[in-house]
Amino acid sequence: MSTVTTAATDAGDLAGSGTRMDSGEGIGAMETLRRGVAISPELREGIGVTLLLAVVASCGQVVVPIAVQQTLDRGLNGAGGPRLGFVVWLGLAAAVAIAVTSVASYLMTKRLFTTSERGLATLRVKAFRHVHDLPLLTQNTERRGALVSRVTSDVDQVSQFLVFGGLIFVVSVGQMLVATIIMVIYSWELALVVWLSFAPLFLSIRYFQRKLSQAYTVVRHQVGVLLGAISEPVVGAATVRSYAVEDRTQGRIDSAIDEFKAASTRAQKFTVVSFSLGGISAGVANAGVLIAGVLLGFTTDMTAGRVLAFAFLVTLFVGPVQMGTQILTDAQNAIVSWRRVIGILETPADLTDPGPAAEQLPRGPIDVTLEDVSFAYPDGPDVLREVSMHIDAGTRVAIVGETGSGKSTFAKLLTRLMDPRSGAVLLDGIDVRSIAPHSLRTSVVLVPQEGFLFDDSIAANVRYGKLDASSQDILASADELGLRDWLDGLPHGIDTMVGQRGESLSAGERQLVALLRAHLADPDLLVLDEATSAVDPHLEMRIGRALERLMQSRTSVTIAHRLSTAENADEVVVVDRGRVVQRGPHAELVTQTGSVYAGLHASWEAQHHS
Amino acid sequence: MSDEQAVLQGSTTREGFAVLGHAIRREPGIFVLSTIGSVLFAVLTVADAWVLGWATDYVVIPAFRDGEIGAGLLWAVLGLFVGVAILRAVGIVARRLGAGIMQFRMQAHTRRAVTRQYLTLPMEWHQRHPTGQLLSNAYSDVEAAWGPIAPLPMALGTVVMMVIAVVQMLLADLVLAIVGLVVFPAVVVANLAYQRLASPLMTHAQGLRAEVSEIAHESFDGAMVVKTLGRESEETARFRAKAHALRDVNIRAGSIRAAFDPTLASLPNVGVLVVLAVGVSRVMSGATDAGDVVTVAYLLTIVSFPIRAIGWLLGEFPRSVVGFRRTQSVLAATGSMTYGDERMRDASQGARLEVDDLHYAYDPDNPLLRGVSFDVEPGRTLAVVGQTASGKSTLTSLMTRLVDPDAGRIRIDGNDLRDLARGALAGSVALVPQTAFLFDDTVRGNVTLGDDIPDDEVWAALRAAQADGFVAALGSGLDTQLGERGTSLSGGQRQRLSLARALVRHPRLLILDDATSAVDPEVEARILATLRENEKDSTLVVVAYRKATIGLADEVIHLADGRIADRGTHAELLERSPAYARLVNAYEQAAHEEHP
Repeated sequence: MSTVTTAATDAGDLAGSGTRMDSGEGIGAMETLRRGVAISPELREGIGVTLLLAVVASCGQVVVPIAVQQTLDRGLNGAGGPRLGFVVWLGLAAAVAIAVTSVASYLMTKRLFTTSERGLATLRVKAFRHVHDLPLLTQNTERRGALVSRVTSDVDQVSQFLVFGGLIFVVSVGQMLVATIIMVIYSWELALVVWLSFAPLFLSIRYFQRKLSQAYTVVRHQVGVLLGAISEPVVGAATVRSYAVEDRTQGRIDSAIDEFKAASTRAQKFTVVSFSLGGISAGVANAGVLIAGVLLGFTTDMTAGRVLAFAFLVTLFVGPVQMGTQILTDAQNAIVSWRRVIGILETPADLTDPGPAAEQLPRGPIDVTLEDVSFAYPDGPDVLREVSMHIDAGTRVAIVGETGSGKSTFAKLLTRLMDPRSGAVLLDGIDVRSIAPHSLRTSVVLVPQEGFLFDDSIAANVRYGKLDASSQDILASADELGLRDWLDGLPHGIDTMVGQRGESLSAGERQLVALLRAHLADPDLLVLDEATSAVDPHLEMRIGRALERLMQSRTSVTIAHRLSTAENADEVVVVDRGRVVQRGPHAELVTQTGSVYAGLHASWEAQHHS
Repeated sequence: MSDEQAVLQGSTTREGFAVLGHAIRREPGIFVLSTIGSVLFAVLTVADAWVLGWATDYVVIPAFRDGEIGAGLLWAVLGLFVGVAILRAVGIVARRLGAGIMQFRMQAHTRRAVTRQYLTLPMEWHQRHPTGQLLSNAYSDVEAAWGPIAPLPMALGTVVMMVIAVVQMLLADLVLAIVGLVVFPAVVVANLAYQRLASPLMTHAQGLRAEVSEIAHESFDGAMVVKTLGRESEETARFRAKAHALRDVNIRAGSIRAAFDPTLASLPNVGVLVVLAVGVSRVMSGATDAGDVVTVAYLLTIVSFPIRAIGWLLGEFPRSVVGFRRTQSVLAATGSMTYGDERMRDASQGARLEVDDLHYAYDPDNPLLRGVSFDVEPGRTLAVVGQTASGKSTLTSLMTRLVDPDAGRIRIDGNDLRDLARGALAGSVALVPQTAFLFDDTVRGNVTLGDDIPDDEVWAALRAAQADGFVAALGSGLDTQLGERGTSLSGGQRQRLSLARALVRHPRLLILDDATSAVDPEVEARILATLRENEKDSTLVVVAYRKATIGLADEVIHLADGRIADRGTHAELLERSPAYARLVNAYEQAAHEEHP
């Protein structure tokens, strides 16, 4: 019983916190890295070796300057004049060093590509999976384009950073520290001058990081808006054409394109300014070292040679600082993207998984109990109010009521697409929140009004209900529902391709496929939400009769506008303004003059017997 | 795919430059600005070394030698260093910001062009192209295509640096310079090898990126079905397969890149070592002096960086060329509808509709409409009745010219639809489809579609569509944002908004394609009553099953087997056509059988 209470509290919290997805905005950069690595543990694999390779590889940059310097000092200008042998041996040693550092660089980059791509594939797949685990309401309020961009382009952004940024940054910081130590050994006063010259840069980094983070957050948000705008003329092609609103649609897309461009330009401005500050600091440092060196020469034992040597040391410091700032700047883009992907995973999945304590539904017709069920959409009034009822196993129940009376909410609660705000839905006496998801989805199937089809064959779409179904099984199911004539009349039978979202079929045909899919799944509780509204009456009645025959072994709940369905049900439940106002067989309810049902029936009669 | 790869291999570099050529011709101003910035940066990088030399010779050494120095000279050191640094920063800003702006502008240009194509290409083209692919064409392919713009000015600036360095090398010592410059052909060969190896992988990766996006888009679109059937794991497996394929290709491309980068970086370094060895032997033989060896070696190290910058540019080419081609294939797609220049007569009365021997087939072996002809007089109402999938919706698409017929013609007020000017039809004809599509906009925006229509008319249309009640109950009434495709509303609510969108325009021909299927009978009855009242003058074509809707019609056509099986009033058809009677009487018959 305690699990139920916990689940209910969670659901309550969720409803209170709204339906929006987590943008991850509150997470800092280091925290993002930490969580990111926790999600993709591959990123940590062999990091020690890769770091070692990176250090070796970065030594490659000093091999040639050292060789040049040695050649000058000892090969050409040495005490005994030019020494070819020394230079050749030095050259060979340097060549070996270059070969070694190149191999190290190759291995490092290859390892970085491998671990990053593996880690990001894991992140991508986990995020994708989590989108499907999100509450239905969240899925519906998020823009599809934004969701897609989180598992596609956002992940690509992170990839760029991980391969070309992350480790190089660590190495740069290392080089900077080594350069500082050498500088301090040479002259702590001049080292101080260098650090003071760079102090404004280091102090302003936090400011720029924050600005960049904000700017890139806007950019990534605009990507989602842009994808949403682009999808309108694609998904709504027919509407755009039939109302000739091409110009207006283009106008909306253009403004999304412009906003994206403006956001990108703004982010680029911060990037560029933050990057160019490093160069100015370097100029100040160079001047500072020379001036301070000269001044120190008057009071200490500083010599011209040491000042000039120090000037070269400064370049060893400036290089990694420039590289580091560059990476930090680019990193913000990646961090923002990473945060967005992590944001998906941090948005709580609605259906609090009951975990190992989950119960299995026994097979066979299910009996349904609602105990004081209330439901409200976030920030909305109650859609259902303290509804209690019991549906016996194996009965056929029709739920009727005006549009907006809460019928569809009913269907979503029964199938646990949403959890009630208070009260409980019990199937075979078990709270739906403590039933194992797989068991629930096997035994309980909802057929919504607009049955979505995947761009594949009819057979593949129907098989979605039962993965191991053979073509014979599909045809047998079609026979049972009386849909064989229709299937045989299609150009390629069950192998007919349905097109994007099933749009090569008519709306009625799409419903037939969805119905066939649900029937093949053979649930113990079948919930039909206006599942045959677009099918012609003759076929609808035929399907209705077929379903009746098949309902013997299952419980069925049908949400219907067409009262013909209600007339044939064992029991009719009338919902009005979130409450159950009448229930009983059709013949009984229709005689209750002045009742909601009598009213609904009268207008139905008026339409069909005129 | 294999053809594309074969073509790609030979000429990626040339084609990559051609792609950049487009960008430069399109945005010459900003390109010149960023290149100047880059050259400024390059020149000042050289100047930096010069300033250090000057300060050494004229400030540091004299100061230590003389034990004193004028404050003016110290200020000059500060001024020179900081001045050069600031100018250099200006160069960086011009280069990088310019390149960024150029890149973003080109992205915007291409995205505008591609989405304009989406709006002009016919429905039939749309049906053949998955949403995810089209999104990818307008987003990530565009990004890939213009990727090389970012490193372009840097590469060009360094070319200037390189030319100066090479000239200096040649002036210093011809033999050593030539030895050093052997590096260049080696760099070119390394690049060609890289392009050849990487291009096919890049093409493949870009294709996979589109597929990953297609699966994500479709799967998220069908999220409710996935949830209701508990197929999250299977969907994830489908996505994982593509995501992993993309991962593997990226890793392979990464390995090639990993080998290419250090190779390119070490070639000039090896050149320096050879120059040193040869140089020392030449010094020993007296052919040159030590200073020239140092100069050539130093210049070669300077040149090694530009070579990397050019490498970055070339490294972007394979992806860019693939992305550019994918966007071009959209831009080159033809088959957009042609329009005439006829305008509709601006008559207040209903339109006259003539449908003449219409043929249409999605599948040539299985024509859907095979010679459909009928007329509707102005102000009359026609009901189209037929079985599921008998071609009723296709007929409505033909009447609103979403598609053109294979043969036959449709005339409105005597004008063939194909002779009408673009947009002319929409002024007179409105279709309310079976599945409503709502824009990510306010309620008002969805009804007016941007036309200047006063709120009271919007409310009147909502009232007629029985949508005023629920719209008033929404948080901000007409200003309520509906979210993408109006998913926050129920199917019946979406249908009614879509109906209001048509009614507010007072079309002269209104076509309802089972447009109230998700609305309950009582509400539907009210809608029909208002429709009869308000649209008396309009010509009305309704696709319907319910008798109440059919009852609105002056005449009914019964569509069967691609032809008009019968035509007449509802009563006539009921009497003489058993097939028609079976279709429309199904509910009563069922009720009769159940409760005799």
